[in-house]
Amino acid sequence: MSLWRRKEPRPLTPEEQKKAELHLLFGEDITKNFPIRGGIFSTIKGEINAVDKVDFFVNKGDTLGIVGESGCGKTTLARLIMRLVEPTSGTVVFMGGDMTSYPKPLLREARKDMQMVFQDPLSALDPRMTIKNIVGEPLFVYKLARGEELTRRVLELLEIVGLKKEYLNRFPHEFSGGQRQRINVARALALKPSMLVLDEPTSALDVSVQAQVLNLLMELQRSLGLTYIFITHDLSVIFHISDRVAVMYAGKLVELASTEALFSGPEHPYTFALLSAVPVADPNAKRDRVELTGEVPNPARPPLGCRFHPRCWKRGKICFTEEPEFREIHPNHFVACHFPLGQDRKP
Amino acid sequence: MTGTADDQLTRTLARFILSDARREKARLLAKKARVIWRQFAANRAGLLGLCTLVAFVVLAVFAPWLATHDNPSSWSWTRVNPRYAQPSGEFLFGTDYDGKDVYSLTLYGARASLIVGFLASLISIVLGTIVGLLSGYFGKVSDEVLMRLTDFFLVIPWLPLMIVFVMLMGRSFENVIIVIGITSWPSTSRIVRAQVLSLKSMVFIERAKAVGAGGGHIIAKHILPNVFPLIFANTILLVANAIFSESFLAFLGLQDPTIISWGTMLERAYNTAAFTSFAWWVIAAPGISIVALIMAFYLIGDALDEILNPRLRRR
Repeated sequence: MSLWRRKEPRPLTPEEQKKAELHLLFGEDITKNFPIRGGIFSTIKGEINAVDKVDFFVNKGDTLGIVGESGCGKTTLARLIMRLVEPTSGTVVFMGGDMTSYPKPLLREARKDMQMVFQDPLSALDPRMTIKNIVGEPLFVYKLARGEELTRRVLELLEIVGLKKEYLNRFPHEFSGGQRQRINVARALALKPSMLVLDEPTSALDVSVQAQVLNLLMELQRSLGLTYIFITHDLSVIFHISDRVAVMYAGKLVELASTEALFSGPEHPYTFALLSAVPVADPNAKRDRVELTGEVPNPARPPLGCRFHPRCWKRGKICFTEEPEFREIHPNHFVACHFPLGQDRKP
Repeated sequence: MTGTADDQLTRTLARFILSDARREKARLLAKKARVIWRQFAANRAGLLGLCTLVAFVVLAVFAPWLATHDNPSSWSWTRVNPRYAQPSGEFLFGTDYDGKDVYSLTLYGARASLIVGFLASLISIVLGTIVGLLSGYFGKVSDEVLMRLTDFFLVIPWLPLMIVFVMLMGRSFENVIIVIGITSWPSTSRIVRAQVLSLKSMVFIERAKAVGAGGGHIIAKHILPNVFPLIFANTILLVANAIFSESFLAFLGLQDPTIISWGTMLERAYNTAAFTSFAWWVIAAPGISIVALIMAFYLIGDALDEILNPRLRRR
């Protein structure tokens, strides 16, 4: 049927093999360009570069936070990791196999180990299905449980996320936002995955409910040994939950470091600006506030050189012409900048 | 049964909740039906339509008992009753050229019209839904091919198209049903496709894909239940169209002439010069019946549309 599709997954190169042993998941050069169509024949007029050459890795049991402003490509990256959209180029290696080369049956198997929780808890739930069918759907799809067994497993899952047994036959609209997100989490856990991709799971919730859901997620991680990729625009949430943080700007990864290193010593000017924008509860606190001018570049026509240079106060000549390499400047601290801040933080 | 006591307990609990679930589901369904009925009953026009439809169905079902004259199972040339008798106590709606009782004919005619209406729209719904689902869900090449096919049926005026099909397939009751069915599906497929496209971009569909569900599961469990209300409201209008089409085809002489339907009654009346003989009752009985039945379907359809389509709902 599929002459043009590879039937066998691509074998890993020795270097990739070595990396795959170290990390549960890693991505190399992940790029996604969306075509812009226009005109009467809907010909391709250009491309939107949503995600550009992203490199990252996640270790087992860790939480990788991905931050960035809206439109920077966070959600696209999540969907690329899940292979809900096909990458233009690059590889995603998960549990020792290149996901991007998987044929459909293998992809289906791989998705058992990798589940996703979406941003809007209500629209991720089919309004015409009961909670039992929603939470049990993955089990049903993979033919793991039917009938009474299914009900029993769903009850277990509801208990894990702290929902009452009576909710089994209710419909999604009868729940509050926090409960809905718990339902989404329960469903994502149904197949006992080793990794969850959480796409802004708390940003649609009230602050108090946010905390509850975050605590639930952290508890689950501890008890089930889960690995998280946690996408958000909320720095305080990231600080709370992540072991390592990746900062995205206009489709590119600009900085990747452990949470402490990133929050105490940001190297990329954008990260610094982002951190300085976080409100502090102490009115007398002395802070170096950086206010960025200008706007996020148009992804259809990103600036030459470093994508951040039009808004950067540290830019030099080289930033206009040459794209900075994503390099490791301290152990496990990666930055894509020609002039990392180092000790010199003053704008 | 093996397992620990704890396991046993959850099992029993599960069974208890399962039976509870059925009761709960039935209760919810009944509640929903009650709500819809209350909304429907509040719509006077819809209620009038429903009453008319029920009346016609009752007349059609009990035609043999309600008819005042012999079962006019087919048109025959032997005349026993007076020709063109005025409506009277004996002949409620008068008699036609052949001396047949128009009242009895009208009752039996309702059967043919309703059967054609329901069966033809069933064919059309099934075809339209399949085409709409496939083109909407799978997109790309199948969408292009199926939508061009739909356009073909939509662009060619459907009445001449039906005439050509009946001529090719031969005049028979079954063929008329099939032809009406296969010429009226494009509108359904358009509606279904549009709904599928909007559903396809919903997060819960993407989520099902992320879980690893295949196309069959997504269509059966997520898409069909969500397009069904729309299809249902559309069906009612299709039935009305099918009834009209049958009358139209029969009037043009394309229906099996031995079948008694309102269309064939009109055709017969036209061919036997009832119009120029001022035998108005021969035309009025089937004519008014057709109009009333189609009207009834439209009124019901309108009322249902208002209930099932949240945007039109009055608050």
